[in-house]
Amino acid sequence: MVMKETDVLKQTGAKEAWRGFEGAAWRKNINVNDFIERNISSYEGDDKFLAGPTEHTVELWDKISELLYQERQNGGVLDIDVDTISSITSHAPGYIEKDKETIVGLQTDAPLRRSVQPYGGIRMAADACEAYGFKLPDEMIRLFTEIRKTHNQGVFDAYTSEMRTARKAGIVTGLPDAYGRGRIIGDYRRVALYGVDRLIKAKKVELNQLEVDAMTEDVIRLREELSEQIRSLQELKQMAASYGFDISAPATTAKEAIQWLYFGYLAAIKEQNGAAMSLGRVSSFLDIYIERDFAEGALTESEAQELVDHFVMKLRIVKFLRTPDYNELFSGDPTWVTESIGGMGLNGKTRVTKNSFRFLHTLYNLGPAPEPNLTVLWSTQLPESFKNFCAKVSAETSSIQYENDDIMRPHFGDDYGIACCVSAMRIGKQMQFFGARANLAKALLYAINGGVDEKLGIQVGPQLAPITSEVLDYNEVAAKFEVVQEWLAKLYMNTLNVIHYMHDKYCYERVEMALHDRDILRTMACGIAGLSVAADSLSAIKHAKVKPIRDERGLAVDFVIEGEYPQYGNNDDRVDSIAIDLVEGFMNKLRKHRAYRDALPTMSVLTITSNVVYGKKTGTTPDGRKAGEPFAPGANPMHGRDRKGALASLTSVSKLPYESSLDGISNTFSIVPKALGKEPEARFSNLAALLDGYASNGGHHLNVNVFDREHLIDAMEHPEKYPQLTIRVSGYAVNFNKLTKEQQLDVINRTFHGAI
Amino acid sequence: MLGRIHSIDTFGTVDGPGIRFVLFMQGCALQCQFCHNPDTWDTSIGRHVTVDDIIAEIEPYVNYYRNSGGGITVTGGEPTLQAPFVAELFKRVKERFGLHTALDSSGFCEPRNAEELMKHTDLVLLDLKQMNEKKHVVLTSQSNERILRFAAYLTEIEKPIWIRHVLIPGITDDYEDLSALGQFVGKMKSVEKVELLPYHRMGVYKWQQLGREYPLEGVPSPTDQEVARARQIIDKAREDAMIE
Repeated sequence: MVMKETDVLKQTGAKEAWRGFEGAAWRKNINVNDFIERNISSYEGDDKFLAGPTEHTVELWDKISELLYQERQNGGVLDIDVDTISSITSHAPGYIEKDKETIVGLQTDAPLRRSVQPYGGIRMAADACEAYGFKLPDEMIRLFTEIRKTHNQGVFDAYTSEMRTARKAGIVTGLPDAYGRGRIIGDYRRVALYGVDRLIKAKKVELNQLEVDAMTEDVIRLREELSEQIRSLQELKQMAASYGFDISAPATTAKEAIQWLYFGYLAAIKEQNGAAMSLGRVSSFLDIYIERDFAEGALTESEAQELVDHFVMKLRIVKFLRTPDYNELFSGDPTWVTESIGGMGLNGKTRVTKNSFRFLHTLYNLGPAPEPNLTVLWSTQLPESFKNFCAKVSAETSSIQYENDDIMRPHFGDDYGIACCVSAMRIGKQMQFFGARANLAKALLYAINGGVDEKLGIQVGPQLAPITSEVLDYNEVAAKFEVVQEWLAKLYMNTLNVIHYMHDKYCYERVEMALHDRDILRTMACGIAGLSVAADSLSAIKHAKVKPIRDERGLAVDFVIEGEYPQYGNNDDRVDSIAIDLVEGFMNKLRKHRAYRDALPTMSVLTITSNVVYGKKTGTTPDGRKAGEPFAPGANPMHGRDRKGALASLTSVSKLPYESSLDGISNTFSIVPKALGKEPEARFSNLAALLDGYASNGGHHLNVNVFDREHLIDAMEHPEKYPQLTIRVSGYAVNFNKLTKEQQLDVINRTFHGAI
Repeated sequence: MLGRIHSIDTFGTVDGPGIRFVLFMQGCALQCQFCHNPDTWDTSIGRHVTVDDIIAEIEPYVNYYRNSGGGITVTGGEPTLQAPFVAELFKRVKERFGLHTALDSSGFCEPRNAEELMKHTDLVLLDLKQMNEKKHVVLTSQSNERILRFAAYLTEIEKPIWIRHVLIPGITDDYEDLSALGQFVGKMKSVEKVELLPYHRMGVYKWQQLGREYPLEGVPSPTDQEVARARQIIDKAREDAMIE
């Protein structure tokens, strides 16, 4: 049922709110991208227009810096409201300093006070409280143990014994079976553009359309979900009202647009502590409102920047309650408030606006920070001035990551955003079931050891005859590795099916899904870890002589390598082709299996910081990596093995086929400032040229770090000197001093290009 | 024709403009006390490669070099010791990719041996290490007479030059020596840039690996003020010489 425009305008107060905007399609139906395309002011100029922080901005940020300092002193968590189960409306309004904030709203009634969200798993919530010196009331534990079931309980009710063993061995890990899965981006812009009443109305229409003949399981589930979505939107209105705002109608100014949009996001993080709670692609959308205010003489540049600074400040203090265990996988307390900036429109016009600059400029006005996870959608077609500005900000703050718009746009159109680190999805039209990752390096050891885990000494994988030859034969290993991978892909997919079935059932993302279309594309986002270890191991077996050393159980626990072998990261096809085959091969194996809710299987080559944990759980590998040593992160070559310089290393990674890894291919690039050029200007233009080259070669993702190793060593010893030192790790950024010692060392030991 | 090389770097940004393919040749006639690549001295070792081998190594990255206004730099070791190979390489790089070519040299080369090479070289990065001859012998094991003659030859053929001088406290930072350098450079018409490179100790571990005693033990890197002072002295003398 499509409403008449006049009715809509009357009912929702849209006439005033939409003054001066162009286009018709977006008025009739929920269609934010059409609104953007009709109204965007692309910006090709430079950064000279930018304004510094206002007095209020400085004062507010000082206050937050002090609170963040106290939080660190307090062992990582400042305060927890243990008595309240978080929901959209659970907490009274909270402020940093009410009179100075142009954008308001906190997750609880006070900044950095964390909330309890037990629906993912009560154990995790209780353990997290305990780890930081708090205690969850017994009554709440009882409630979520005996009375209300959690996602975690549901998953373990359904896990098979094989799944439990595989999980214990670490052949699959990091699974979202005890915490919120995240990686769903609500289209928070809809709240600003349409107001909540209109969104509720549209959802009611969708629900009505589902009064069908056959009430199948699918229809029943969807009807229940839509009803929950509608309820969550009403709660969203209530929450905003508690702050004194009526968001039932569309936003009428830039300030309202940011506030409305933020309330939408705030509702999401109040009811979900998903692993990654990404924001989407909001900066250029908001620019349209800012430009209209400018045209009406209602806003100055300094005021516009203040709005953005205050909004970003809120995004910087999003906090979830998590256990130290979890922190090992995803180190540094990340929230992945990923904001996607720039990119090109399908019509050839750039989606870079002045607000793209303003968002990056917060890294100067407020100093560097890991969140929001600022992600530039890089295209070789971007305006040169914007490219140079990005390179400058990267070189000076190490706080930006880049993803290749030119290879994503053909798959995802021009209104996609990045969830978490590298996962592209059409905003409001697509979601993913986050699937963590399978350990390919360990799978290779299973092939050699007949499916017996080299650490646990028990049968985990398929019972194959172990390889007993003195020297490993490539064909024999490769054939057995195929069998192990087939087993792994099946087990992995089935495990994810259990997890996401239960997450939908017990921990459904109501308000995030309320900001999606009814019928969406779901992907089952699998992943692999240990790609470079597996590729180099196979290369060693193929091109050198690898002799296993077996222990009394007959398990290969060490390897002697005789001779040299080509290593991934040197643009050498003899080994790069092995890496490509691994990616394509595992993706094709995943495709053989049916995914929950008819999701489309996809894959990422991404480890986040779990490369350290994976390494710990994996024995010595045939490439010469010793037991317990970290893997390289994501798709990176192993530390120190890329010996031909940065471009050879980048070229090896850019060969990995994106079509077989549509959930992203992560590469972290660290370089010392001097190695980018002698003068600052040369550094910026060289970095921009490097990004252009990587993009035109088809590389997907690049984290860019620019600093000296000595600098990091100093920061390790004197963390107090570097409260805001931010570094990019696999797919996100962290405060360096929030990493564990082990992870700090891992970062320091990685290849820094340009070391003499 | 075969060249003897030490190694390659696909991403050089400090030896000429833009992003550059850097080829390190093996073998050097000088033995500079401050050298950070003493492993490139030995003229009897190195990997033998053809020009085609190097062309194939460059090819995948040509986009990067072109987009950044970069090119190829051949350094070492001393590249002019293998001048015919480098000449052929530069010639082919120009024919095939149209890239900018730079030669990073100590200048310890008889001009007539470099004539063919210079036809295919767009820029020379010329290291002038010490103007005082006696000190030059101590510092590098050789006289600077041939180097200064090579510099004069480059001026004569109007080859674009970037002069580089490594500033070592107590060794290359005497007022007279710096001033003499400025005067000499001031008379070279085709000099586009004078780069002052602060001495650093990052190559010391290589001396240790080679079992050599490091001759500059205890010598510090120059401070920012020392660099600024040297820069002033050189610039002043250079300007004066230009006016003359």
